Amino acid sequence: MNPKRTIGDVILEVEDIALSFGGVRALSHVSFGVREHEICSIIGPNGAGKSSMLNVINGVYHPQHGHLVYRGKRIRRMHAHKSARYGIARTFQNIALFKGMSALDNILTGRNLMIKSTFIEQAFYWGRARSEEIAHRRRVEEIVDFLEIESVRKVPVGRLPYGLQKRVELGRALAAEPQVLLLDEPMAGMNVEEKEDMCRFILDVNDEFGTTMVLIEHDMGVVMDLSDHVVVLDYGRKIADGTPEEIRDNQQVIDAYLGVAA
Amino acid sequence: MSFFFEVLIGGLLAGVMYSLVALGFVLIFKASGVLNFAQGSMVLFAALTFVSLTERGINFWLALLATLAIMVVLAILTERIVLRPLVNQPAITLFMATIGLSFLLEGLAQGLWGSQPHGLNLGIPDDVLVIGDMFISTFDLYAAGIAAVLVGALAVFFNKTRVGRALRAVADDHQAALAVGIPLKHIWAIVWAVAGFVALVAGLLWGARQGVQFALTLVALKALPVLILGGFTSVPGAIVGGLIIGASEKLAEVYIGPYVGGGIENWFPYMLALMFLLIRPEGLFGEVHIDRV
Amino acid sequence: MIYRECGQFKTSYGSDQAIFPIPQDRWGVMLALLIAFMVIPAIANEYWLGVILTPFLILALAALGLNILTGYCGQLSLGSAAFMAVGAFAAYNFELRLPGIPLLLDFVLAGLVAAGVGIIFGIPSLRIKGFYLAVATLAAQFFIEWSLTKFGWFSNYSSSGVITAQKMVILGYDFDTPLRKYLLVLSIVSVLALMAKNLVRSETGRAWMAVRDMDVAAEVIGIRIMKTKLMAFAVSSFYCGVAGALWAFAYLGTVDAQTFDLHRSFQILFMIIVGGMGSILGSFIGAAFIVLMPIFINLSAHALFGNAIRPDLLSNMELIVFGGLIIFFLIVEPLGLARLWQIAKEKLRLWPFPH
Ligand SMILES: Nc1ncnc2c1ncn2[C@@H]1O[C@H](COP(=O)(O)OP(=O)(O)OP(=O)(O)O)[C@@H](O)[C@H]1O
Ligand SMILES: [Mg+2]
Repeated sequence: MNPKRTIGDVILEVEDIALSFGGVRALSHVSFGVREHEICSIIGPNGAGKSSMLNVINGVYHPQHGHLVYRGKRIRRMHAHKSARYGIARTFQNIALFKGMSALDNILTGRNLMIKSTFIEQAFYWGRARSEEIAHRRRVEEIVDFLEIESVRKVPVGRLPYGLQKRVELGRALAAEPQVLLLDEPMAGMNVEEKEDMCRFILDVNDEFGTTMVLIEHDMGVVMDLSDHVVVLDYGRKIADGTPEEIRDNQQVIDAYLGVAA
Repeated sequence: MSFFFEVLIGGLLAGVMYSLVALGFVLIFKASGVLNFAQGSMVLFAALTFVSLTERGINFWLALLATLAIMVVLAILTERIVLRPLVNQPAITLFMATIGLSFLLEGLAQGLWGSQPHGLNLGIPDDVLVIGDMFISTFDLYAAGIAAVLVGALAVFFNKTRVGRALRAVADDHQAALAVGIPLKHIWAIVWAVAGFVALVAGLLWGARQGVQFALTLVALKALPVLILGGFTSVPGAIVGGLIIGASEKLAEVYIGPYVGGGIENWFPYMLALMFLLIRPEGLFGEVHIDRV
Repeated sequence: MIYRECGQFKTSYGSDQAIFPIPQDRWGVMLALLIAFMVIPAIANEYWLGVILTPFLILALAALGLNILTGYCGQLSLGSAAFMAVGAFAAYNFELRLPGIPLLLDFVLAGLVAAGVGIIFGIPSLRIKGFYLAVATLAAQFFIEWSLTKFGWFSNYSSSGVITAQKMVILGYDFDTPLRKYLLVLSIVSVLALMAKNLVRSETGRAWMAVRDMDVAAEVIGIRIMKTKLMAFAVSSFYCGVAGALWAFAYLGTVDAQTFDLHRSFQILFMIIVGGMGSILGSFIGAAFIVLMPIFINLSAHALFGNAIRPDLLSNMELIVFGGLIIFFLIVEPLGLARLWQIAKEKLRLWPFPH
């Protein structure tokens, strides 16, 4: 096995997170840890608070209580633009691409933090502005190749089919070369073939770059196959946390899912 | 001190009129999510049509009815021609379309009836009422009274009647409203017609005070800060916002104006609303909203 | 040679990232510049140069400014004329109070002052969005108009609040004829348009568009919303400010605050709606359209009705046509004429094999 894939220490912890919207409790005192290089899945019925959890991790929502610990640093209030600087990237449940821009430009924006030239240089397209633009374009083309979206790179993403949009969004996240990647239902609404492709991309990235992943997914087959570690939420509470095998046999988890089905 | 109250009361009376115009905006916004920039042009259109009809010897009530009918037709046409094709566009696109609509209406109104100003006499007594040592214009009092009645009627219409409840359902969730069988296009046409009626009343009251002329369209610009203050969706917000803007505008003109050369009532309400928004972005009665992702 | 992309393989990302990656576009722009700089001066008369082309170019510059803010960064502004006013009055005051200041420096400083004012009025955009912001920009429009009228210092205490722009002289060369003014304006507008084009295809422009399309996602990938929006306000106001200075110095000669009223702001907004939101070319097409339309209406009205037509009817007809056009464009082609042009090009590009 690739040495990068050897699972390391806990690098990201959420501790005692509580979040509510008006009267709605989205998360009640949830804690868990994510170890370096692992693929951690968050599962749970609709409205369990999974997306909210990711939003707390990268600072889109601010919890009323609790904090994060990232690489030993205690963070009480994460800001969205700071999370990117910590190396945390993200895709969204309802695709959040920049609709008016081409696939290429969308992915290029993922590299915004690496751009050093000032806007004056950019206005003259001069010196660093030009060389950076070309260098980043080269990296982005590699991502385009990897995700197999060469043929649509210049198309405004608003015009792309759903499955391809999901890929472009993954591309934008990868362009930042993140250490932690948060994926909110990357395979929702896809057919079997598309799901297989997406699984392959996720595994490849994890394998090749050792990117730590936190993944939300409803398809149990996919979860069991991909994950090293599964966290189960129900009504904003954590009800289980362990290896896929442990989760499969956990009575509370079975009840929660049966409860939803009934 | 009584001078202060005199100014304050004058401001509050004007404020009621702002509330009335603002309510026209709120109505349309709640039902269709459109900030109707053409509200001011509707005021001009209605007032100009009414005056021109009466000047041609038509009886007051008949002219009122005819103007109302024209405003309803206008509402239906607007729904058909402008709103329906833009249904799924971003709200800001609809807003820009209403700027276009306002040009169209201004051009139509003046093209049809001419651009010259008209006087308008509604028979409301225009005297000065002396209370203690305060002077208050009876015209303002009557106008505010009429506006207040209308504001109250609209609030009741909105909260108590079947159509009103349907309107609110549409505002909360278009899909849901459709699902329970409320025909969206009817609702929109109704709302625009009601807004047309509000424009007519506002146009008459305002026109009687300052003449029916192009400047009437500026009434809408007075109502916009009221909306930022009160929120685009809140009926109480429009009422309270109107009173606040009316009062503070007059007070500022009297107490701050002299130090800066006067004429500040054009921008003061906007600045006031802006300052307020910087402190409380959700407006007077709005709830904190966190974008869902 | 036919306009097409396929068959022309780019040999490097560098050339694909070039400003006009397709040679025909490059030649098209060259040709346009050639015509503007060489042919038009040779054939156009003073009326065309002074009354149509110069104001067209200046308004195109203002539209470009608004397009940066509204079309690229998604912040609707109804106060662009106010920033033109700031530019005009600033340029006048720099000339007045720093005699001998180089003309181009004067224009740049005027733009910077407008940019500064733009940043101040852009601050609300950090907390409010959409039409709340649009309405808030009206504050800029009214407040600036009022202060330029009320505080005599700005107009050097001229009794009517009117300022008379100083002569335009660069290195002893006097830009005093319509032709010279046209060429000066054309040069300034060309350079600024090129810079805008560079900005929008670089990181700055991508950040603007990202904020426009989905601000939460933009923030999550590390874009600072505040900096990005204020930058858009600053650059946009800079462009409007320079346009305002040119309006005073190269076109009208004398202006007051009311030259730049709400109506002018709407006129500029209409240009980008008709021309194309988020398109540099669209700013020019839109400006041409809006400048020529009244002339066209006027001519056709006279052709149809002779001189009997009342002037106020004519101006009302203009209102109707403009209003109708705006609605028409928003419904039929929200991306404006520039988008139609692009579609035409794409058709050509694939011709004769449409699939
Ligand atoms: N921005 C918000 N404003 C108000 N309520 C919210 C917001 N975001 C989430 N909620 C509420 O918080 C709760 C948890 O929502 P969340 O989106 O986290 O669930 P989820 O587990 O991701 O569900 P799903 O599987 O449907 O995506 C829900 O009741 C939801 O309505
Ligand atoms: Mg979710």
